[in-house]
This record gives sequence, C-alpha cells and structure tokens, in this order.
Amino acid sequence: MSAHAPSAQAHEGYRFARADELHPHDKRVIVGYGFWIWLISDIILFSAFFATFAVLSENTDGGPSGRELFSVTTVAIETACLLFSSFTCGIAMIGAHAQNRAMYYWGMAVTFVLGLAFLGIEIHEFSELIAEGAGPTRSGFLSSFFALVGCHGLHVTAGLLWLLTMVAQVWAKGFREDIQRRLLCFGLFWHTLDIIWVGLFSLVYLVGVAPQ
Amino acid sequence: MSQDSSGPHVSANALPQGDAAPGDEHAGFDIASGIRGYLIGLVLAVGLSAVSFYIARSTIVWAPSIPIALSVLAIAQMGVHLVFFLHITTGKDSVNNVLALAFGILIVMLLVFGSLWIISNLNHNMLPMEQIMNMQR
Amino acid sequence: MFGKLSWAAIPFHQPIIMVTSGVVALVLTSVIVWVIVKGHLPYLWREWITSVDHKKIGVMYVILAMVMLLRGFSDAIMMRAQQALAYGADGFLPPEHYNQVFSAHGTIMIFFVAMPFVIGLMNLVVPLQLGERDVAFPTLNSVGFWLTATGALLVNISLFIGEFARTGWLPYPPLSELNYSPGVGVDYYLWSLQISGIGTLLSGVNLVTTVLKMRAPGMTYMRMPMFCWTTLASNLLIVAAFPILTATLAMLLLDRYLGFHFFTNDGGGNLMMFMNLIWAWGHPEVYILVLPAFGVFSEVFSTFSQKPLFGYRSMVIATMAICVLSFMVWLHHFFTMGAGANVNAIFGIASMIIAVPTGVKVYNWLFTMYGGRVVFSAPILWGIGFVVTFVIGGLTGVLLAVPPADFVLHNSLFLVAHFHNVIIGGVLFGAFAGYQYWFPKAFGFKLHEGLGKAAFWFWITGFYLAFMPLYVVGLMGMTRRMQHYDVAAWHPWILAAAGGAVLIAIGIGCQIAQLIVSIRHREALRDVTGDPWNGRTLEWATASPPPLFNFAVIPHIEGEEAYWRAKQRALEQTRLRDEPEYESIEMPRNSPTGFICAFFATILGFSLIWHIWWLVVLGFIGAWGTFVVFAWRDHHEEVIPAETVARLDRANRSARTQRIAELGASS
Repeated sequence: MSAHAPSAQAHEGYRFARADELHPHDKRVIVGYGFWIWLISDIILFSAFFATFAVLSENTDGGPSGRELFSVTTVAIETACLLFSSFTCGIAMIGAHAQNRAMYYWGMAVTFVLGLAFLGIEIHEFSELIAEGAGPTRSGFLSSFFALVGCHGLHVTAGLLWLLTMVAQVWAKGFREDIQRRLLCFGLFWHTLDIIWVGLFSLVYLVGVAPQ
Repeated sequence: MSQDSSGPHVSANALPQGDAAPGDEHAGFDIASGIRGYLIGLVLAVGLSAVSFYIARSTIVWAPSIPIALSVLAIAQMGVHLVFFLHITTGKDSVNNVLALAFGILIVMLLVFGSLWIISNLNHNMLPMEQIMNMQR
Repeated sequence: MFGKLSWAAIPFHQPIIMVTSGVVALVLTSVIVWVIVKGHLPYLWREWITSVDHKKIGVMYVILAMVMLLRGFSDAIMMRAQQALAYGADGFLPPEHYNQVFSAHGTIMIFFVAMPFVIGLMNLVVPLQLGERDVAFPTLNSVGFWLTATGALLVNISLFIGEFARTGWLPYPPLSELNYSPGVGVDYYLWSLQISGIGTLLSGVNLVTTVLKMRAPGMTYMRMPMFCWTTLASNLLIVAAFPILTATLAMLLLDRYLGFHFFTNDGGGNLMMFMNLIWAWGHPEVYILVLPAFGVFSEVFSTFSQKPLFGYRSMVIATMAICVLSFMVWLHHFFTMGAGANVNAIFGIASMIIAVPTGVKVYNWLFTMYGGRVVFSAPILWGIGFVVTFVIGGLTGVLLAVPPADFVLHNSLFLVAHFHNVIIGGVLFGAFAGYQYWFPKAFGFKLHEGLGKAAFWFWITGFYLAFMPLYVVGLMGMTRRMQHYDVAAWHPWILAAAGGAVLIAIGIGCQIAQLIVSIRHREALRDVTGDPWNGRTLEWATASPPPLFNFAVIPHIEGEEAYWRAKQRALEQTRLRDEPEYESIEMPRNSPTGFICAFFATILGFSLIWHIWWLVVLGFIGAWGTFVVFAWRDHHEEVIPAETVARLDRANRSARTQRIAELGASS
C-alpha cells in the first residue's frame, strides 16, 4: 500500500474494509433485533397497565370484584386456545424456514382459527360483563381490568390482521428473504402475546378468584 | 494504546457479526428437531398452566401464599416460552438479546413494584377520596 | 357530521390569537407559494420530503426544533410580560388564556424543541461516527420524523381552531378530566403527544439497533465516540420510558372519551396513579434530553482542546449508570403528595446518588481541557457556559432532592428556575453547540463565528438575568404559573426576569442573523475538506456534506480515535493513503410512506379531537393502508454506480490532498 516506517505501538487509525469483512450486516439479525427492542417496549407498555391494575384492584367502588365476575372455565379455554396457537405458530415458522408451503399454510390457518376463538370468547366475556353492569365505567378496578385485558385483545386482533397479511404475502411472493424476516418478527410477536397472557391469567384472573 | 488488533480475533463482545437474531433457532436444525422443541415446550406449558389452575381452585396451598405460588409458576412458564418458543439462549451470540430482555424486565419490576409501594404508602397516609370530596362540599 | 367542530371553535373574539394566526397564515402561504412558483416542489419532494437519508432526516428534525423554538419562546415572552405587568393589576392575558400559554410553552419546548433537536443531531451524526451508511431502519426513520411533525402541527392548529390545554405541560387529573376540562384543549394535547410519541419510539428502536448492531468492522464498543455511547443510553431510555407515557395518556383518554375511572375523583379512581406513572416517564425523559447534550460536549471539549477525551472508560460507565439510575428517582417530582417519610427518603437519597456520575462527567470534561491547547470557538463557549450553568442547576437539584426542602420549594419559582437552569444550560446549550459544530458537516459551509459568539453571550447573560431572580423569588414564596400577584417584594425580581427574556430574544435574533449571513457568505465560509475543526472522529473523514452513501469504502477500524490517527499518519507522510477500489453501492430507496402516513395521522388526530367519527375511520384506514402498500414494495434499494462513487470521493480526496500540501508548506 504505502511505504512508511511502521511504529510498533501506535495503530494506523483505519484501513479500507475488504468485501468479505462487510458481511452485509445480516439484515435478518438487524431486523430481528430491532423488533425485539420494540417488543420489549411493548412489554413495558403492558406493565404500565398492569401496575395500574395492581394499584386499582381493590377499588371496586362498592361494585363487583373479580371473585364475583371471573369464570375460571372461560379463562382455561382461552388459555388453551392461545397456548396451542403459539405451538401451531411455531410449526408455521418451521414450515417457512424449510420453505414447506403446506406446513406453513396449515400452521398459519390453525393459528388464526385458535386466535380468533380466543378473541371471540373474550369479546363474549366483555359484553356479558357490560350487560350485567360490570362494564369499564363501573369502577376503577373494572376500568383497569378492561384496559389491561383489552389491550392484550387489541394486540391479538392486530396480530390476526398481520397473520392474514403474511399469508397473503407468501401466497403472492413466495418465501422471499424480506418476507422471511417479517415472519421472524411475527413469530416473536405472537409468542410474546402468549407470554403476556400467562401473566394475565395467573395474576389477574387466578389471583382474583383464589381463596384468601 | 490499543490492545485489539484487526483481523479475525476481534474481542468477542464487540462486533455484531455472528450474533443470532432473536427468535431464530440455531443453524442446522431440521424439521423433526424443530417440531420436537415446540412440542416439549407445549407439554411443559400445559403442565404448568394446569398446576396454576388447580392450586387457584383448591385448598392444597396455604391461601395467603397462593399469589406467590402463581407468580412463580407464571415466571416458570414464561421461561419455557422464552426457551422453547423464542429460542432465547445464553450463548455468546445471544448476549445482546438477553441483555435487552434483562433491561426490560428491570424496568417492569421497578415500575410495578415501585408503583405498588408508592401508591399503597399514599393510600395509607391519605384520606379516602370520598372523604376528601365530602370535605369540599 | 362534523362532531364538536363548528365556527365557534375559531376564537374571533381574541385579538392576540387572531393577529398571530393571521401572520402565521400569511407567512406560511407566502413560503408555500414561493416554493411552488419557483419550481422547488419537485426538488423538495424528491430530496427532502420522501428522503430516507439519515442526514436529511436529522436536518429536518433540527429545523422543526428551531421553528418551534420561536413559537415556544413567544409563549415565554408573553408569560414574562404578563408577570411583569400583573403586579396588583390584571396584565394583558386573561387567566384562561394565560393558562394555555404556559401549558403550550412547556409542551412545545419539551416535545417539539428539545426532543427533535437532540434526535436530529443523533440521526445526523451517529451513522457517520460509526463508519456506516445509514441507520438500521431508514424508512421507519422517515415515518418517525413525520409523525413528530404531525404532533407539532396539531399543537399549532389548536391555536386558531379550538383551544389548548390549560393544565400545564403535564395534564394532572382531576383538572384534566372531562368534568373540569370539557373543551378540546386537553384532547389536542393528548392526541398530539400520542402520535408524536409513536414517532419518538420508532426513533428509539432505530438508534438502539444502529449502535448495537451496525458499526464499521473493527469498531468495538470501547472504540465508539462518546456521542454514540450517550446516544445508546438516551435511546434505551426512550424505548423503556415512552411506553409508560403512551399507556398513561391512553388511560386519561379512556377516562375522557369512554367514561373510565382511572384517575377520576369518583368511581374508585386514583388520581395519584397519574402523577406516579407520568413521572416514571418524566424523569427518564429529562435524561433522554440531556444525555445527547453530554455527548455533544464530550465531542466539543475534545476537539477544541485538541486532546483525546479524558477518562473515556469512566465516561462510559457514568453514562450507563445514569441510564439505569434515572429509572429509580421519579418520586422526587411529587415528594409533597402524600407518600410517607421512608418512601420520600429512599427516593431523595437515590436522587442525590444520580448526581455522582454526572459529577464524574464534569470533571472529565474539565480535565480534557486542562493541558490542552484550547481554541475558544463558539461551540466550546457553549461548553464552558454549560459547565458553569449546569453545575449550578444540578446543585439546586440536589437541594430540591432533600424532601423537607422540597416541601417548601415544590411548585415554586425556585423549581421553575432549577429545571430551566438544567434544561437550558444543559440541553439547549448542548443543542446549540452541536448545531454550530455539525452545521458545516450537514451543509458544506461554517456558520459565522462572530455572530455565534454574540448569540452565546446574549443567551448566557439573558439566561442568568431571567432565571436567577426566579430562584430568589421562589425562596420568597412565589408559586409558579401565577397570572397576577400583589406582593411588592417580588416585583423588581420579576422585572429583572423580563429583562433577561429580552436579552435572550436578542440572542435568538443573533442566531437568525447568523444563519442568514452565513448563507449569504457561504462561499467565504466554505468547508472545503470536510474537516473544518481538525476533528478526531469519523464523521470528519467524509466530505461536507457527505455523499448519500457517507463513505466510498467502509473503513475497518484499527484502534481508538481512528480518524485522528489516520490523519496524523497522512500529515507525517504528506499524502493521503492510496485510492481504494471503487464499487457500486446499494442504498435504500426514497419513500413517501412517512409523509403519507403522517398526513393520515393528522386527519386521524384532528378528527379524534373533534369527535368526527367517520373521519377517524377514514384516517385509520389510510394510515394502515399506507403501511400495507409499503410492505408490498418489491424494490427496496437503488444502486449508485461505481463511477459516481469514484467521482465524488476523488473530489474530496483532491481537496484534502491540497490541504495537506498547504499545511506541509506552511510548517
């Protein structure tokens, strides 16, 4: 390159990187990590609602409390739906990785159905509560319950819309690399929603109905 | 001045090349082992959920400690999800992923337990809201 | 059909607002007409509005910040004037108007001046300092900027359609609840911040990922410039804190729109939870603002003392310590609100502990200057002014951290003086230093130095004259946000404070003049080589302004202060290194996604505020549809041919070669 007397200790600052050193930054890692960071922020969003629920859990304003309102059977069914949908989502992701269309479409289809079932049961639960006068405007406890669980439900709804979009994208464009990256993000999102549900069913519903 | 030299032996915790994307399984997995991983996770999660539901409805656990038991089971199940569904490992290529998660968990703990402590302290020291409102009428 | 919107929303009976709105409308229309008539619109659309280039987006953030500084400062002038006149009198601003002025002042200054300013600087500089071509998510970056602009637009629309919040810059319930604030003011505030909050969060995700996952080969963490470390810490805080703001404002929106009982007086609400949550966001927020300013000063002190930064390692540790500790002090914003002594004590002690890493940083800056050959340029003047001013502000902060003292001083003008002391002395001085320092990199010519120094001197004397009296008057018992008062002892101090505001206004005038003069004389001020300050970090290795791709060939970093070492070597040998092999470069394509998404977000926000529900649905579909259309794009990148890369790089190389020759000839 250039003739100079090399100094033993000091470095040269920088040189031009070779093509093989530029590893084109593995976009998958960058996109996955960026989404992971956003997911962490979303978890903190949930924790703000959760902290509010924890603080307001006794504020029933003379109205009904969780003990009177929650149905453990309903929650158990919802939990099963979401948990199995997480499993089938994993299957769909394996299918995408292996570029196995059947596995991918079936996995996504079952995930969608289970997710929709979860949502349907939850909407039914909410409308029943509202009908019997235990809606979110009744008390601080109910406001925070509806907001926390409802926030999760909204995320599930967004996830289902995203799922449909991803099915459409694969159908239209195949397992292209950028679509694979989005599927990576979708998988992270869907599994995280189930993780949050674990917290919800344990600390909102089960704690609410447990013997004291 | 600088201990790091260029070339392939750059210090391990420094460069993002060779990092794993969160959610990605280790390279070289096949369909069978992939499905097996998710299946094990599912079985464990179902088991933990069943235990949670059971102890919440029975008297087998001392009542005042039920919330703690449920919390422990929930944390365990979240761990199962993280390992078997999200493939979060403690490998060197996953350091950033784990650190980010740990940071998030720290913030969540500070927010939730901090709020509970502060507000319960407030509630203990302050008059109930109805009483304050009545004083203003 | 139009919800709550009607002709009554326009404040025809308030002359100040009508005149202001008229002037703003006139200026805006003339600018737009001039742009269109002169044929600049295609250029603006192609080069700026749809740009996903981090440098352009950074510049647009800073422009937004500076324009909004004028609006926020006008509010400040009005407040100082009102208080100067309202001793035993009514002043000229009726209370319902004055309340909107101070609420708008705080909201605009924090969210639409300070935040965009530091985010803009980070966006402009960080990829260059890391030896990279762009941030991790260029299109998302554009979306983030335009959503922030939407928030700013909505706040300004509130001036002449409807009203703004009267609750202060943080809308405490129960005042901010529907029964006590039935108008649209609080809704303007809430939706504006929810929308721009999404933008900020996107920026946070972007910059964290960029710093952690996209650095030039060989650039280990401990070889990163200090500004990149503070960027990392600040954006980690954004990612962690802004969701709390989003959740809390959402809860208030649910209370107002759907009758929930989060923070209401009745129905089991707990209004203290709002204070708790909002300050759990609010405290990290101030560190989000000040950490990048600290980073700017690390760069400025090092460059203009012609020495490496003193104590780099301790700086890194101090920065990350501040990042974590900032989440452990938030109760000090509401010591007086009913928590017991033990809670107050813990948070008070934590608030004192967090001053320690900041002290470490101050000593490191001072030791950087000590033994160096200091060049007293405008940026380092801001830096020296910052050290003195920020330390004073920090000391008053530590005083306020003592709960018994805070019981006397909470919500007094002492508090107001303290936070302006640290925000102006820290964040704003840092932003101005960064502006002066990196302007040549962004635009290719320096800012006029004399006017920059004049601006500094007017700003710093104006600041002291405006805010030191507020400390005094706060200790005398004057509460904040007073529309009128009748304590004679306060009056002379308030008059002095008004005088300080005038001096600051002159300082701002100097900055405006500086910009105009510099543009006029840009050839004389031209930065020919790309390294006008004899810099030490990688951004100075590029041309000014850098080409779209930043570096013709990505550097492989061999050690600390890579650019400085390479420069020394080039000066020793009186020649640049050999030309590299030029190859074509792929860069992300421009996209209108950000602008269009923000357009729909504006419609969405406005229709939510005025309860125009059918428009809400349309706006939402539009915003979501924009994303789906963007996701369907097949070509994400455009190729810059090798010949273009070579031509641009060779131009810069010849300029630098000439400079080396000049330096060699003169020594």
